[in-house]
Amino acid sequence: MELKNYETVFILTPVLSDAQMKDAVDKFRKVLEDKKAEIINVEQWGLKKLAYPIQHKSTGFYNLIEFKATPETVAVLELEYRRDEKVMRFLTVALDKHAIEYAERRRNGAFNKSKENKEEVAK
Amino acid sequence: MTLHNEPINAKKQDNQKKYCRFKRFGIKYIDYKDPNFLLKFVNEQGKLLPSRITGTSAKYQKKVAQAVKRARHLALLPYVTDSLK
Repeated sequence: MELKNYETVFILTPVLSDAQMKDAVDKFRKVLEDKKAEIINVEQWGLKKLAYPIQHKSTGFYNLIEFKATPETVAVLELEYRRDEKVMRFLTVALDKHAIEYAERRRNGAFNKSKENKEEVAK
Repeated sequence: MTLHNEPINAKKQDNQKKYCRFKRFGIKYIDYKDPNFLLKFVNEQGKLLPSRITGTSAKYQKKVAQAVKRARHLALLPYVTDSLK
């Protein structure tokens, strides 16, 4: 099965403790690993202010996972998102060749991202 | 006694300078995760600017629109606001 490149961003509710947040992120990573997906990059942008309140909250804990997987994996991942009430919002996007090249450059810091809370939790 | 028609041409001259920044700088992918860049394509109320004002070509205007809508979904950009900039 040809592995396609995907990128998923999800927002966790801010009321969680750090441990719960880490568990949530690890849970989704495990879901991907179980489906033999190849995780390329995991980023945590941390607590960010939302542009509009979601579920009456004005901040959210942003996470990004870039991975290679078979198309069926995405459905499983999104089902998991829907089940978990800690996740306020999620977006999974397929990456075309320009997007892959852009993500590659972004990872190598080509764009001087001034995200101070962007920890590189690479595998 | 020179005729004062210079300013009119000057004004028309400025309008032609509009160009598609994506074609000129060779930008191939518009990242929906970068709100600061997308702010250039959105007016104060958070609405998408038409390509006749930003000068972007149709192909990239569609990509900009999709990126802005994704950013709005992820609450990186507001759907509507009164004081964005």
